Amino acid sequence: AMEGGPRAGPRICEGDCAVLKRDDVFKAVPVLRRRKIIFEKQWFYLDNAIGHIYGTTFEVTSGGNLQPKQEVEETTTETKEAGTDNRNIVDDGKSQKLTHDDIKALKDKGIKGQEIVQQLIENSTTFRDKTEFAQDKYIKKKKKKYEAVITIVKPSTRILSTMYYAREPGKINHLRYDTLAQMLTLGNIRAGNKMIVMETCAGLVLGAVMERMGGYGSIIQMYPGGGPVRAATSCFGFPKCFFDHLHEFPLSKVDSLLSGTFSTESLPSEPEGNALVEEESNRLTDEKQTSLQEIEEESTTEAAMEINQTEEQETMDVNAEDAEFKENKEKENKENVREKQRKQWERRKKLIETAALLREKNADGLIVASKFHPTPLLLSLLEFVAPSRPFVVYCQYKEPLLECYTKLRERGGVINLKLSETWLRNYQVLPDRSHPKLTMSGGGGYLLSGITVVPDKGKSDSSNLEALKMEEPSSKRRKVQDLHC
Amino acid sequence: MSFIEYGDTIKDGDTAVVFLGHESMFPVKVQHGTVTQTKYGVIRHSTDLIGNKYGSKVTCSKGGWVFILHPTPELWTMNLPHRTQILYSTDISIITMMLELKPGSIVCESGTGSGSLSHALIRTVAPTGHLYTVEFHQQRAEKAREEFREHGVEHLVTVTNQDVCKNGFGVSNIADAVFLDIPSPWEAIGHAKSALKAEGGRICSFSPCIEQVQRTCLAMEEHGFTEINTLEILLRVYNVRTISLQIPDLGKAAEDNSSTGFDSSNPSTRGSPCAELQRGTVQFKSGMPLREMVGHTGYLTFATKS
Repeated sequence: AMEGGPRAGPRICEGDCAVLKRDDVFKAVPVLRRRKIIFEKQWFYLDNAIGHIYGTTFEVTSGGNLQPKQEVEETTTETKEAGTDNRNIVDDGKSQKLTHDDIKALKDKGIKGQEIVQQLIENSTTFRDKTEFAQDKYIKKKKKKYEAVITIVKPSTRILSTMYYAREPGKINHLRYDTLAQMLTLGNIRAGNKMIVMETCAGLVLGAVMERMGGYGSIIQMYPGGGPVRAATSCFGFPKCFFDHLHEFPLSKVDSLLSGTFSTESLPSEPEGNALVEEESNRLTDEKQTSLQEIEEESTTEAAMEINQTEEQETMDVNAEDAEFKENKEKENKENVREKQRKQWERRKKLIETAALLREKNADGLIVASKFHPTPLLLSLLEFVAPSRPFVVYCQYKEPLLECYTKLRERGGVINLKLSETWLRNYQVLPDRSHPKLTMSGGGGYLLSGITVVPDKGKSDSSNLEALKMEEPSSKRRKVQDLHC
Repeated sequence: MSFIEYGDTIKDGDTAVVFLGHESMFPVKVQHGTVTQTKYGVIRHSTDLIGNKYGSKVTCSKGGWVFILHPTPELWTMNLPHRTQILYSTDISIITMMLELKPGSIVCESGTGSGSLSHALIRTVAPTGHLYTVEFHQQRAEKAREEFREHGVEHLVTVTNQDVCKNGFGVSNIADAVFLDIPSPWEAIGHAKSALKAEGGRICSFSPCIEQVQRTCLAMEEHGFTEINTLEILLRVYNVRTISLQIPDLGKAAEDNSSTGFDSSNPSTRGSPCAELQRGTVQFKSGMPLREMVGHTGYLTFATKS
């Protein structure tokens, strides 16, 4: 079962969505030529990175070029001199002999960050008196500031969920990455499932589900408003085939589907329909581009202008259509109409297909992570899920889940309801200096999970054993056993 | 049924989960002609289980009833026979995400232990991935093989009975990820590195003690691993309860009996069918933490080979 020798990993290609990494800071960017990127107070172009293997670390040189970082042997071999404590170290603000201007001059000369750090050390009068640990800390701090290195990595749920939680928690309802990890496990997300996903987390949860399903099975995304948001989804850089079995269904049609009054005749038609078609086709054909731009928040003004321009273009296109009618461009007009009808027809066809998938009421799970109140979503969407399947609801707040729990118990058809939260603690591990990190996240949201069962025909047996047992204080099922160390 | 594919009806040979109530359940191997005893009476496999839908309610001989559930790695984790201390779903979830596992991933694991994590890994890497799991305890290795066969996932896993610290994983340059849950993981870091693909991959080590973590981190650094990061994840479970708190009698009622005082003016109690209302209580729903929770399972150290 052995495979051949060293193989090169995936390479950075133009048009990819890559993630820039510096220490613990991530940023997703599209790989484009001659496009200025600003990341962690540095600007550069990605041109030179194209063709290198993902995971390569680059140095930013003058002129914003990237150069693969050479492995350098640390120059700390000289005899170390260090103090034992700080009893004689006085903060007079004069320990650094280099002035602000000196440092700026060094930088302007294009001196490498590594050398600047070395000069700072040599010009620090207190460095030699610092303890070994303090020296270490000093160097690390300066390196972070002056050594301009970035690593380009391939996107994954790990990286994107960490990035979103750190950069834009508001866009993902403060869903912390360990909470997302819980959802994927509790929901038994895997290849071959037929999943229902309802999220307003910029498409991050959808992307995470898609990654775990690897293109096998199907996903029905329920969306509020005019269409699903998939800005984060497109950062994953999934192959096209992953979208073949990704369906979408408007939330506003759920009630009619459940009551049997759903028909495509009741579809929002022109002009709203047209706008939707436009929106959708943009999303499908130009998915990568548009959403990459969406996440490009820190982009340069040029880039921002680019976005505005394209947006303007699009709206102009839509507006121009009216004008075009009047301008008597008969031929073009006919084609336009035909194209529009074709798109409308395709959209209708897809919607009918998705409705049929839902009507089978045999989904393998339900994942909800939205800004909406979870109770009505659960009470309706669970109807589409087969018995003996897991469901997981995320909410930023605990209280709506308390209500949801109560309402689900009243509804029946669910067991093993569990309201939970995870805490995440990061550690600094260094010889003789190990401890939990100073700060930890205060909140990453709450989960309500459970398993569907075949509902009772008559809701008569309210005195059922299960209900009684549910109210029993849960036993200390998992006793903390002796650890095997 | 299979641990990697849902089925609708219960079949002969399936592993099903009998759900008796809140966190009270056990796995059962479905066999024609077999009976299973529960505290609510007997379940007859031929009539009560086989051919019925997963998720349906089964009435036992004494009139009580249970639900029969489709197996999942999570239900298995809660019910498997312990041969060792096991990893639970909370740790498993973050391990799976941080190792970037997905369909097609090749994973190395040691030790196999009771197979709690193994089942979750197999579920995630199926149908095109593979798990190479190494267990130095012969009987445990054998038992794990048997379970994988029974659960219909044997084609996705290779169990090797050897010492990972001495002999490694038995594969090289093949894995996308390596997981270690052994007493001296630092002795296996070199083997982990050579098991990982030349182009790189992720590693995770689980250790209960901080001294183990320190040695592991040093070994990882020596072997050129980057992005070394240690974390701990804790699960807090809440019981949903309706709580009534009594309104203290500050003497107002005695002074002015005609007024209902606090109660009627408080919107949270208005309309609540609480018999206590007259005596002055306020009701609310609360998510109460369990009296005791798991405070520590182990530290998880992640790193990247690049």
